Amino acid sequence: MNGKPIILQCVLALWAGLAQAQGFAGLGQTTDGFRLPDPETRFEFPADHGSHPEFRIEWWYITANLEAADGTPYGIQWTLFRNALQPGGAEADQAWMAHAAVSTPEGHHYAERFARGASGQAGVQAQPFDAYIDEWQMAGPTLNDLRLTAQGTDFHYDLELKADGPFILQGENGFSVKSEAGQASHYYSQPFYAVAGKITLADGPVEVTGRAWLDREWSSQPLTATQTGWDWVSLHFDSGEKLMGYRLRDEDGSAYTVGTWITADRQGIPLRPEQLTMTATGWSRVAGRRVPTTWDIALPDYSVTITSTAIYPDSWMGTLVPYWEGPVEITGSHPGVGYLEMSGY
Amino acid sequence: MTHALLSALLSHWKRRPFQLATLILGLALATALWSGVQAINAEARKSYGAAADVMTGGGLSDLVDPSGQIPHETFVELRRNGWLVSPVIDGWIAAERGRVRLLGIDPFTAPQNSTLGASIGPDNIAETSGPGGGLVVNPVTAERLSGLNRPVVIDESVAPGMALADLGVARALTGQEGYSRLILLPEQPLFQPNLSEIAPNLRLERPETADDLGRLTDSFHLNLTAFGLLSFAVGLFIVNGAVGLAFEQRRPMFRTLRALGATSRHLVIMLIAELLLFAIVAGALGIILGYLIASLLLPDVAATLRGLYGATVEGALTLAPSWWLSGLVIAVAGTALASASGLLQVARMPPLAPAKPRAWSMVTAGTMRWQMGLALVALALALTALVFGEGLMSGFVLLGGFLIAAALVLPSVLAALLSLFSRWGSGPLTEWFWADTRQQLPGLSLALMALLLALAANIGVGTMVASFRDTFTGWLDQRLVSELYVTVETDEESSRFLSYLQERNIESLPIWHTGGDVLGAPAEIYGVVDHPVYAENWPLLDALPNSWSLLAAGDGALVNEQLARREDLVPGDPLALPGGWETRIVGVYSDYGNPLGQVVVALDVLTTRYTEIDKSDFGVLTDDPDALREALTNDLGIPPDRMIDQKALKAFSLQVFERTFAVTGALNLLTLSVAGVAILTSLLTLSAMRLPQLAPIWALGVTRGTLARIELLRAVVLAALTFVLALPVGLGLAWVLLAVINVEAFGWRLPMTLFPSDWVWLGLASLLAAALAGLWPARQLAKRPPADLIRVFSHER
Repeated sequence: MNGKPIILQCVLALWAGLAQAQGFAGLGQTTDGFRLPDPETRFEFPADHGSHPEFRIEWWYITANLEAADGTPYGIQWTLFRNALQPGGAEADQAWMAHAAVSTPEGHHYAERFARGASGQAGVQAQPFDAYIDEWQMAGPTLNDLRLTAQGTDFHYDLELKADGPFILQGENGFSVKSEAGQASHYYSQPFYAVAGKITLADGPVEVTGRAWLDREWSSQPLTATQTGWDWVSLHFDSGEKLMGYRLRDEDGSAYTVGTWITADRQGIPLRPEQLTMTATGWSRVAGRRVPTTWDIALPDYSVTITSTAIYPDSWMGTLVPYWEGPVEITGSHPGVGYLEMSGY
Repeated sequence: MTHALLSALLSHWKRRPFQLATLILGLALATALWSGVQAINAEARKSYGAAADVMTGGGLSDLVDPSGQIPHETFVELRRNGWLVSPVIDGWIAAERGRVRLLGIDPFTAPQNSTLGASIGPDNIAETSGPGGGLVVNPVTAERLSGLNRPVVIDESVAPGMALADLGVARALTGQEGYSRLILLPEQPLFQPNLSEIAPNLRLERPETADDLGRLTDSFHLNLTAFGLLSFAVGLFIVNGAVGLAFEQRRPMFRTLRALGATSRHLVIMLIAELLLFAIVAGALGIILGYLIASLLLPDVAATLRGLYGATVEGALTLAPSWWLSGLVIAVAGTALASASGLLQVARMPPLAPAKPRAWSMVTAGTMRWQMGLALVALALALTALVFGEGLMSGFVLLGGFLIAAALVLPSVLAALLSLFSRWGSGPLTEWFWADTRQQLPGLSLALMALLLALAANIGVGTMVASFRDTFTGWLDQRLVSELYVTVETDEESSRFLSYLQERNIESLPIWHTGGDVLGAPAEIYGVVDHPVYAENWPLLDALPNSWSLLAAGDGALVNEQLARREDLVPGDPLALPGGWETRIVGVYSDYGNPLGQVVVALDVLTTRYTEIDKSDFGVLTDDPDALREALTNDLGIPPDRMIDQKALKAFSLQVFERTFAVTGALNLLTLSVAGVAILTSLLTLSAMRLPQLAPIWALGVTRGTLARIELLRAVVLAALTFVLALPVGLGLAWVLLAVINVEAFGWRLPMTLFPSDWVWLGLASLLAAALAGLWPARQLAKRPPADLIRVFSHER
């Protein structure tokens, strides 16, 4: 699961009035007319790589930990959000939003795009895979073999992504529960991409290689009313194991923390709520806010005791709905790299 | 010491409240007119800014297609290639009291930091999107759209007469499928192909900024500013008079204070503090007055701008703090300017100099020569502007130079005239009258200059307005050839209407038109049928022989004077019209009040060459418009509000015209009043100092009453002479306005017509103003206790 529910909730707030006009009482909590995630659903690929407009929200989300030849770490993000303005699944009722970012030693660069559904400006096709908004594109013969491009006023990237492992279904068979109350989404990932390509910044192009992680998720009812924010990590350990964990914060101070342990032989094992703990231990001031950029993460059942530290604490997305998203370095029992996303700060 | 000094200085004003009132009034009036005019200008500019901002997305460039429409596919193609553009549908919708401009925008791609992006977006997307989406308008426009049956979202920042809507809503309301233009977002991504590779048809258009409308209306605002400055200058004469008088009267006090130990520095600082106090009080008063003036005049100004330029300006005033501050600054600066010479004298006064009153503003022959020299320079500047200058600014340089020269020459001319008159004098009293008038001239010259300027402005602007009205009325008579004008709404109604007229053998003249760019600027293109009524009624300024038949044959077009002057066109010149039609000009016609270029072609040509034609307007030739109007309503159901007869149309046009110049009239009157006050203060200043000159005459047996009458007469005579001199100056001004400023500003030249009866009234008014101004000092003199006069002789001097 990626951290997008909060973001999308805010994006939904964008269209809040419309939703109310359509008869929704409280946004994000009701699902009238939209399809609900169903634990009995089994994914069918490649069809499920495409859009699910009968659900309210959906995203295609890639983060990558990259390195230049000289060892300089970089991080990139590419996200396409779909948001249905009203139920029915009509293309014209979809609103599209996309974010792209590059985290670098010289600073964090990001861009944001919007598009009206059915305008031809944005869309997703399952086979051959093509997700696009304006000139930004995530496309390839299949979702395991992609070319990823995006740019802003001060950055551009063009990357080849090739996956050599299976899709990992999050939660129970891809049915990912988001709260004690039972809010859920359909969620799967592709964490096994090898990346090679070029990032262009003000100083010119940089050849990079590294690892990427794709999240696919769709739902109609992302969060409960009292959930205020979100801390999410996707971690690649040098051991070949991987961990996805998220912590949904409640306004009463408690948190709902779950995740998936991915073994070195590429099996996804869903974690129960009490198995994983994430504790903020270091904070950074960025964009006038105090954001926890260092986390102690513990998963005793797998002997994991690690510290995740933001490589570039200034990785703030000053988008319409602002949040923090950037690459992290992992030390401790399982060294490695990964991505951290935090919203609601 | 400071306190003692200040209270001593201020005690003067306690004893002379009227003098204080004059000073404050003069300064307040000057500030009021100045800041009032500034407020009007600022309000208008703000409205232009808001309009241009919304139209263009805040000074952003556009991509446009010469054909006028950009298909949706082109927009997508651009976006998919990294060109960040946002589509706009620009159209009109019918509303009460005329049309409203409708801008359809795409909140998804609109630039977020612009007026456009801010007006439709997250906050109101619910009310504005979807099939029943509402329009974003300001409250005034909202009222006009009450008949539209669509929700409205109120946003004060939207320009008047304009509505914003979501693209889908705009498409539904205007029926426009493609886009009018694409806004080019200010921030573009790192890599994009050349525009010519993706959309070779599109061309980049630099933003139409507030400047464009500003330039169009520049002349109007310059006119206002000129009036404001003139009034301010006249107001300063008053302040100068009042301050000078106060300094003069306080000379003994200054001497005493200096003798008691006050340094001249300290004294001057105290005087400055005193003046600063007055300036701030008067400035504040003036700002309040200015606000009142501006709010009274603004509705007229708004109507003018709408009528003349189609510029929408809100009728209500909102003022920035900087405006208040600038009012105060100008008041303080004005006071400083008006009292500098007085302060300098105090600073230089030797401490024990006898407190000898002297004609403080005595102008020597040397000063007069110096003034003449300055006048020559101003005149030379004006002539240079006339001969070599181009553009509106040089027109105003010409105007300014001319007026300044006239004002500077005035004292010398008056002096010469007075010495001429004194030769005719018979009898000692008459001779004394002329000699004494000449002797007083220097003290009054500033006030008389103010009067001259006010009168000249009155005559000049009055002549311009009257000439304009005269020409305009005659032109309306000619141009409005049809007796009844009818607007139909549908093609079906149109054909029913035409066959109805045909059955009754009533002739109709279609007034069909379209729009397009002619020689790089928006223009109207009208089609006219071949009917003798045009040739009979429509005088052309310049034309080829048989122009009307050439036009009817489709061999040429008529252009309006504005277009001809702007592009320097004469009959016979080739003319490229939209759609690639190359034709020629067969005639030029006058088209007063239209800011746009206009082209008239044969109706057949219009309908065959252009597709998007507004075919809703017809003129009908009938002897009984009232009966026909009634019949059309009863038989065809055309509502009365879609028909207007010639008479009503004329009345409406004239009403617009009158409103246009109502502001000018009001400012004229105000300026004249200010000049009257200037004379009053000057006379008061002089009367206090003139006792030593009058006492001997009184002693020789001339009664105080006679002396007072002579004083009054003198004021009137000087005013009369000034008026006579103001006449040629005013007519010169009128000529500059009509033949230079108008041509530059509006693109048409008006014939100058003289209205001597107006001058008589103005002359009487100026005499009255002078008489009123002289009455008080004369009355004071008549009531002066003889002891005062006797005392003159007991003094040592």
